[in-house]
Amino acid sequence: MSADNEIIFQKKIDSGLKIEPKDWMPDKYRKHLIRQISQHAHSEIIGMQPEGNWITRAPSLRAKMVLIAKVQDEAGHGLYLYSATETLGITRNELIEQLQSGKAKYSSIFNYPTLTWADIGAIGWLVDGAAIVNQQSLRGTSFGPYSRAMVRICKEESFHQRQGYEIMSKMSNGTPEQHEMAQDALNRWWWPSLMMFGPHDADSSHTSNAMKWKIKRETNDDLRQLFIDRTVKQADLIGLEIPDPDLKWNPETKHYDFGKIDWEEFWEVVNGNGFCNKERINNHISSHEEGQWVREAALAYAEKTQNGVENE
Amino acid sequence: MSDKNMPTWEVFLQPKTGAPFQHAGNIHATDEEMALQNAREIYTRRQEGTCIWVVKTEDIVSSNPDDQESFFDPANDKLYRYPTFFKVSKKAKGL
Repeated sequence: MSADNEIIFQKKIDSGLKIEPKDWMPDKYRKHLIRQISQHAHSEIIGMQPEGNWITRAPSLRAKMVLIAKVQDEAGHGLYLYSATETLGITRNELIEQLQSGKAKYSSIFNYPTLTWADIGAIGWLVDGAAIVNQQSLRGTSFGPYSRAMVRICKEESFHQRQGYEIMSKMSNGTPEQHEMAQDALNRWWWPSLMMFGPHDADSSHTSNAMKWKIKRETNDDLRQLFIDRTVKQADLIGLEIPDPDLKWNPETKHYDFGKIDWEEFWEVVNGNGFCNKERINNHISSHEEGQWVREAALAYAEKTQNGVENE
Repeated sequence: MSDKNMPTWEVFLQPKTGAPFQHAGNIHATDEEMALQNAREIYTRRQEGTCIWVVKTEDIVSSNPDDQESFFDPANDKLYRYPTFFKVSKKAKGL
């Protein structure tokens, strides 16, 4: 029975059909999705922290309104993705527990600190830019709820990247000090942004099944290259320099060649030794615990009113 | 401390007046009012809808995708339900 199911399942995938929550799916497909989508959701939620850090210090009312709207979007994106994960039979509480205990990961990029206002520009431009490349590809993922969440997120995300690029452009063309801040932010965020696409294909343990099942549609290396090709020209245009001496247009491949990524740093941060790993999780735990009484009160109120105690 | 999961609700949006409602996703809420407010915050931050329906997920009744073939079988041999089934002279206008 299960062998038959597996053949039908793979045929559906091969012919480009979406898998829906009630459809039969292999256990490993389900597990892979729970891991990937929840990691994606956690990244959106934790990603609010480095940016939230600058809301009170935004340089103008306009910048502040925009940043608040952006951070609110990230919360929304986290919730779309939690919803999609929950259709696979895991509860929100389990997901949160996995994040807080460190069993589930989130994107390492959010363990870097935001030191100046230019970092907010760099995050929008580079981090959201890299996320968009990845998410545009994932619109074609085989699991229906994940794909639909991606469509929605991509629509909202492009404003995020533009607001970041606008900040960088203004600062780069501002005073020499502002220009220096913009360049410094680019220097610090460039390499971690490239790491966001994950290890090279040859070293990635999850790639093969993910491609066969069309959970992923393009490989880490292809997406990284696409991001680099797009971004180099954007940096040129606003007078900033990508911090990579080996970066060079290759007329044969029609792509930019680039220098070596420091994977040791990547794994250090993944394994908890980044600048802000502890702070990010501790913040999450304390705000979750501080909200406990609100959730309890809301549930108690619903129970009471359902039982007719407070129904007018 | 109890850590019960809040119930999930399915969210349907009507993109504009007169259009059919479409499933948008789900949210967590403890009661109807909170469900509508959460649905608004999560699914209509950019004026995506003119009206929202929320329905408790457990109250949705779904057909089983595994039975798709037999369940929809009664419809697949009735070509006469389509206008193209009927041969009509090209001279007859307005049909």
